[in-house]
Amino acid sequence: MTVPAGATANRVDHAGAASEFIAAPQHVEFHDRRLWEIRRKRDQECLAIPEWEELRRLASAIKEHTLTHLSDYLEQFERNAAANGMVVHWARDAAEHNQIVHQLLASRGMTTLVKSKSMLTDECELRPFLARRGIEVVETDLGERIQQLDGEPPSHIVMPAVHKLRGDVAQVFGRTIGTDPQRTDVPYLAESQRRHTRPYYLRDKVAGMTGANFAVAETGSFVVCTNEGNADLSANVPRLHIASIGIEKLIPRVEHLGVFIRMLSRSALGSPITQITSHFRAPRAGAELHVVLVDNGRSERLGMEDFWTSLKCIRCGACMNTCPVYRRSGGLSYGATYSGPIGVIVDPTFNLHKYSALPYASTMNGSCSMVCPVKIDIHQQIFRWRQVIAERRQLPLAKKEAMRVAGRILGSPVLYRAAVQAAATGIERLPRFMVYNPFNAWGKQRELPATPPLTFREWYLRNRGGKP
Amino acid sequence: MSSREFVLANVRRNQPAAVELPVLPVFERAPTDLPAAFGDALERMGGQLAVPPAEVSLDDFIRGRFPQASVICSAAPEVRGTFSVHDVREPRELQGVDVGVVRAAFGVAETGSVALGEREFGVNALGFLSQHLVVLLDPAAIVPDLHAAYWQPWFREARYAALLTGPSATADIEGVLVRGAQGIRSLTVVLAAEPV
Repeated sequence: MTVPAGATANRVDHAGAASEFIAAPQHVEFHDRRLWEIRRKRDQECLAIPEWEELRRLASAIKEHTLTHLSDYLEQFERNAAANGMVVHWARDAAEHNQIVHQLLASRGMTTLVKSKSMLTDECELRPFLARRGIEVVETDLGERIQQLDGEPPSHIVMPAVHKLRGDVAQVFGRTIGTDPQRTDVPYLAESQRRHTRPYYLRDKVAGMTGANFAVAETGSFVVCTNEGNADLSANVPRLHIASIGIEKLIPRVEHLGVFIRMLSRSALGSPITQITSHFRAPRAGAELHVVLVDNGRSERLGMEDFWTSLKCIRCGACMNTCPVYRRSGGLSYGATYSGPIGVIVDPTFNLHKYSALPYASTMNGSCSMVCPVKIDIHQQIFRWRQVIAERRQLPLAKKEAMRVAGRILGSPVLYRAAVQAAATGIERLPRFMVYNPFNAWGKQRELPATPPLTFREWYLRNRGGKP
Repeated sequence: MSSREFVLANVRRNQPAAVELPVLPVFERAPTDLPAAFGDALERMGGQLAVPPAEVSLDDFIRGRFPQASVICSAAPEVRGTFSVHDVREPRELQGVDVGVVRAAFGVAETGSVALGEREFGVNALGFLSQHLVVLLDPAAIVPDLHAAYWQPWFREARYAALLTGPSATADIEGVLVRGAQGIRSLTVVLAAEPV
C-alpha cells in the first residue's frame, strides 16, 4: 500500500488510507453489506439463547479473574502441559518468539511450515522472518492464503480476505497458483486452493503450526477453533506441531470452555460452533508438541488501569462487523495487525505515536461494546485513548486546531450561542469550499443536513420560555 | 533473568486487584428428544443423519451410500471397510482414503457435534485426510449442550479431543459457503447403538 498523503512520519493515516478503499465503490458496498449480514446472523443466534446475557457476564468475570491471577494460571498451565509431554517455551517479545520457532525448525532440518491462521504470528511478523532463513511458510486458511499470495496482511481477524471480491481472488490465484484468472466461481477457487495446499501437508521435513483460542490451566491443554480442517491437518499430519499462544488466552478450567465455545462462533460468524473445535492436551504417539507462550507487550498492558480489560478479547471480530467505520473503511486502512474497534484500543499499546489516529476512527456509537461477548467497554476505552492522545499532544495538526477552537467555543455559552446563530444563518450561504475543505473531515463524502428553522435554544425560549 | 522469569515477574507486578471466579450455574433445559435435536443441529451445520434399516449390515449400508468409494478405512470394530486404521503406520498413508469410518465417544444435541479423539480415530488424520467421514453414534450417548459436554471426563483423558460439527467448510470468498474446504467433504452420522 502506498503511504497516503497526510501521513506524518511513521503515523498511520486511517482516513487517508480509507479513501483508497472508498475509491472502489463496489468493494465498499459489498464489504458493508457482508459484514452487516454477519452481524444480523449473530443477533439471531444470540436471541435464540435465553441465557446469552448471563453467558456474557460469566465470560467477562472468568476472564477478569484469570487476568488478575495470571501468573498463577500460567505456572499451572506450564506444569500440566509439561507433565503431559508438551514442551513449553516463553517469549518476552516477537523477536524471541520468532527465534524459538526458527530454532525448533532448523534443528530438525525442517524446510516447510504449514500453518493455520494465527493473529499472534501476524503480530510477530513470523512469516518474513522464516522466509529470510530459507523456510517455506504456507498459510493454509483460505482467506489467509489469499492474503499471503497477494502480499497483503489480513484485513479482518476472522475473515482475512473479506475486503476482496471473487474477481480479485481469481486474479491472485491466476497469478500465483495457476488457476484460470477468468474463472471466478467460488467453489472452483476454493477447490483449487484445496488441491494446491494438500501436497504441502504430505511433504517430508514439514512441520505444522497453529495458534490457540484458549489455553486451559488445569489440564495444560489448548483449544483451536476452525472451519476448514486446515489446522487439524497441520497439527495431525506432520511430526512436529508448534502452537503460538498469547499469555492472555488462559482460562482456569475445562468447564469454562462451555461458556466460551458457546459464544465464540455465534459472535464471530452467527454459527452455533465452528465446524472443528480441537483440544490438544498431549503430543500424539511418535510426534512432538511445542507451545510458545508469548508476552510481546501483554504483561505491560495488564498494568494499564484504563486498558487492561482489552486482554479479555477472544478475537471473535463481532466489534468489527458491527462498526460503521470499519465496514466502510476496510481493515487494511488501520495499518495494523488488529483493526476495527478492538484494534483501535489495542494498537496504541504497541506504539502510541504510530497509532494515534486510530481512536478517531469511531463514531462512538457504542455498538462494539454491546456485541462484545466478554463485555469489554470498547467505546469507553476509545474515548479514554482520545484523552490520552490529547494529553500527550499526539493529535494531528488539523484535528488539534479544530479541537482548540471547538474547545474555546463549547467552553463559553456566549461564544457558543453566537457560533450557532452564525452557523444557522450562514451555512447555506457559505461557499462550498468553506465547508468541504481538508480541515473539515466531516465534509468529505457527506452532504450536511439542511439547517432547521430554529435553534434548540430559540425553540426552548419560545415554547418553555421563563419556565426552567 | 530468563524470559520465563521476566514474563512472570512482569505479570505479577502488573496484575490488577483480584476478581473472584464465578460459579457456573446449571442452565435448566426443558426435556427434549435428544437424537432429534441433534439431527436438526447437525443438518444446519451441513452434516447428514442416517438411521440404517435393522436388516442391513453397517458395511453394506456405508457402501450403499458411497457407491463410488474404493478405499474405506475403518477405525470402528463393527465396520470392516477395505482396511483397518490399525494397519496404518503414519498419517500420510491415509491420503487416498475415500471414506473414513469411526465411532464417536458422544454427541452434543445443541450443536450437532460428535466427539472424536485419538482413541476413536486410531490415527487422528483419518478425520481430515479422508474425503468423507461416517461417524457411528449411539443415540444413548447424546448430551444436551456444550456445558454437559465439557463435564465429560473424556476431555481430561484424551490427548487430542475434537468436536466435529458437519464437514469442513469455508466462506472466505464473498461469504459463499463451500462445504468440503480442506478436510472432509461430507460428514454422515449413523445412529447405531454400541455393540455390547
